[in-house]
Amino acid sequence: MSKDFSLHPELASTFALQIDLLYFLLVAISVFFTVAIVAVIIFFVIKYRRKSDDERPKPIHGSLPLELAWSIIPFFICMGVFTLGADMFFRMYRAPADALNVYVVGKQWMWKVQHPEGKREINELHVPINTPIRLTMTSEDVIHAFSIPAFRTKRDVVPGRYNTMWFEATKVGEYDLFCAEYCGTQHSTMIGRVVVMEEQDYQNWLGGGAAGESMVEAGMRHFEQLGCATCHKSQSGGRGPTLTGVYGEPVQLASGEVVVADEAYIRESILRPTSSIVNGYQPIMPTFQGQISEETLLQLITYIKSLSEAAK
Amino acid sequence: MTTTETPASPASAGHGEVNYLNHEYGIKSWLLTLDHKRIGILYLITTTMFFALGGLFAGLIRLELMTPEGDLFQADTYNKLFTMHGVAMIFFFLIPSVPAVLGNFVLPLMIGAKDVAFPRLNLLSWYCYITGGTLASFAIVAGGVDTGWTFYTPYSSTYSTGFVSVALMGVFINGFSSILTGVNFLTTVHKMRAPGMTWFRLPLFIWAHYATSLMMILGTPVVAITLLLVALENMFGLGIFNPELGGDPILMQHLFWFYSHPAVYIMIVPGFGVISEVIACFSRKAIFGYSFVAFSSLAIALLGFLVWGHHMFTTGQSIYAGMVFSFITFFIAVPTAVKIFNWTATMYRGSIDLKSPLMYALGFIGLFLIGGLTGTFLSTLAMDIHLHDTYFVVSHFHYVMVGGMVMAYLSGLHFWWPKMMGRMYNEAWAMTGAVLIFLGFNLTFFPQFVLGYLGMPRRYHVYPEEFQILHVASTGGATVLGLGYMVLFVCLVWSLFKGAKAGPNPWTAKGLEWEIESPPTPHNFHETPIVTSEPYAYEEEDVLLADKGSH
Ligand code: HEM
Ligand SMILES: [Cu+2]
Repeated sequence: MSKDFSLHPELASTFALQIDLLYFLLVAISVFFTVAIVAVIIFFVIKYRRKSDDERPKPIHGSLPLELAWSIIPFFICMGVFTLGADMFFRMYRAPADALNVYVVGKQWMWKVQHPEGKREINELHVPINTPIRLTMTSEDVIHAFSIPAFRTKRDVVPGRYNTMWFEATKVGEYDLFCAEYCGTQHSTMIGRVVVMEEQDYQNWLGGGAAGESMVEAGMRHFEQLGCATCHKSQSGGRGPTLTGVYGEPVQLASGEVVVADEAYIRESILRPTSSIVNGYQPIMPTFQGQISEETLLQLITYIKSLSEAAK
Repeated sequence: MTTTETPASPASAGHGEVNYLNHEYGIKSWLLTLDHKRIGILYLITTTMFFALGGLFAGLIRLELMTPEGDLFQADTYNKLFTMHGVAMIFFFLIPSVPAVLGNFVLPLMIGAKDVAFPRLNLLSWYCYITGGTLASFAIVAGGVDTGWTFYTPYSSTYSTGFVSVALMGVFINGFSSILTGVNFLTTVHKMRAPGMTWFRLPLFIWAHYATSLMMILGTPVVAITLLLVALENMFGLGIFNPELGGDPILMQHLFWFYSHPAVYIMIVPGFGVISEVIACFSRKAIFGYSFVAFSSLAIALLGFLVWGHHMFTTGQSIYAGMVFSFITFFIAVPTAVKIFNWTATMYRGSIDLKSPLMYALGFIGLFLIGGLTGTFLSTLAMDIHLHDTYFVVSHFHYVMVGGMVMAYLSGLHFWWPKMMGRMYNEAWAMTGAVLIFLGFNLTFFPQFVLGYLGMPRRYHVYPEEFQILHVASTGGATVLGLGYMVLFVCLVWSLFKGAKAGPNPWTAKGLEWEIESPPTPHNFHETPIVTSEPYAYEEEDVLLADKGSH
């Protein structure tokens, strides 16, 4: 995918143009101040150059109005830029509710991607155009960062956490995917490409090859095989709480705390069950730490999520 | 500016006179010295060695990046090179540069003291520095460290195979040298000012070092403990930062930046002090807005502790935390801007003599301006998401640290060199060095802003072809930059042997340090000076050493 040299990266997501506008605004402000101050300095150096060694210029100790002016004006410029950046950040943070979920696991030194339909890929991410995509990401080892310059977005991929990012691609094509957080020897080869396709091509691509089971189906299979189902039954009355309708709802813990059952909570409950015992249950669940992979965990989580969607 | 009770020796002092350089000879008289001036020289020599080492690594990095393939070094070697470049430059050159070299030398002179408050601690601080530096160098020779100067976990604590713990201990021990210097400066400024040297008569260099010392004392213990925890996890598998052991890798980043953001100001604020002195002297003007410049250093020192999260906008920290950190970061940009405006205004209607120290100082203003302005790009939340961990950040901090701080250091070095060594360097060569460094610097780092905006991630050993042109330009610039440093080095060393005698005050500067011989006598002042006038009283008659007796 060799590209020609350019001074400006491609624009391929809904964020790209907005970020670029912000960028040009900042460039304009910077050029203005740099040119103005440098010009003044050069002017002073020439105009007030020392002409004889016994010059003793009159001291000027300062001026309050000037100090106020050059504190307050930059302050307001800063606040303006802050507001623009924060507002945009807000939008970059919150994925639309109808976004398509895709799951990413980083490891030294590759990206593993799973689509809910079951399709998997390595170092590539295929997405449909004009559709919000939400990536849920974690790492098997060290911190990585999923970066797509053409979309002007990136996010760290942290072991033990689920970080999410979202974007909506606006241009069919292939774009660079980089690992942006230093992660060891082959950091610079932990790269790949993001392929943006027309909706129909994407559907064909998803359906092609051995698609096999979807993530929910795989999660259900693991749920049976790992023995989760022996305690967590679909109706209450099992030795563990039922998981139907749990996702996204508040849970009363034995410690008295109330937490919302999000992805991180479910992950923690599988890996370190004793860290959050649900009120009314015994701490009898075995730990699964070290026994299941990050991908299996994600499948289990999608399955548990699907139990709530079905319940609604 | 002052009156001295007894006539000092005449300006022709130096020749055959006893000074701090010649009153004792032999290696022991240096290694066991308690004289702040000699300790400053020890720091000068050793930090220069680390600068050369760090520069060598930088050269090798730039050479590798000439081509997109990884053809010169193995990936691991490359990773070690950029790590050790950062460690050497930040911890063993830039942090000690102005405070430990120039500060040690001139701070007591400027306030009319015979030495710092705790001369023995001062020597100990140099030994901490040397021990830390030796350990870090040992880590380099023994096999290298490849974690990046930021030592992020869990890579550094669990995955990296290099000599991480050794390097961490080196940086840890080195931290004590900062703390000791900070304690010493604070106490010295509080307790040892000459009679009449009130707080608002202090040169701004002193204010800057006061603010820096505060940050050193408050911040360094935090990073020291953090690095110790990383080393413990690395050696004994203690679960602090590794999620598999129940730790939190992001916690390390919080702790690290809680120090390392103030540390960037530890690096730059002493430079602000130098710039104030140099601009005042070569414009023959009092600093415009003295108290605004003084207090902006303190404001930066305090606010600097509240912005660390701006290094972590992409980690997934809460959106509200991100907002607060971004807000305060913009807030801190204001005192920084205020300084630049005041320095510029100082030159208005001055009597400007464009000598090499001023040349470096003006270079500082231009480059630091660009560094600071690009800092506001990075403080803009949404913008930083795109720029974080790209060459844009690399370029930003080189503009502030090399373009800003190293230029300030060189400005100060050229300014006080005649005082320290008693000799003048060749002005034409010094200018050539300054110009080469300024041009080379811009050629090296400006292309990196473009690279960063294009998305080129930092710490990449191989990279996509489309970035090559800019990398080649950058390497070309680095060659010019390297040449500039070479010219500068030769010019200064030359002066030690062939330079003309400087005399007490070659720049007709104001300030107590210019009223004594160059090089100063072992005890600096023959009599405790009494200060009777404001700082930077350039409108007053020159009080030359020679006509002191007439008072
Ligand atoms: C107006 C002043 C400044 C502002 C607004 C500013 C802002 C920032 C921001 C927001 C970042 C984080 C970027 C990122 O990682 O994505 C950053 C990085 C950095 N800045 Fe500044 N900065 C300023 C001055 C300085 C100064 C004076 C220094 C040092 C002398 C400095 C050194 C650094 C360093 C070393 C990094 C990157 C560290 C790393 O990731 O390795 N900055 N700056
Ligand atoms: Cu910072």
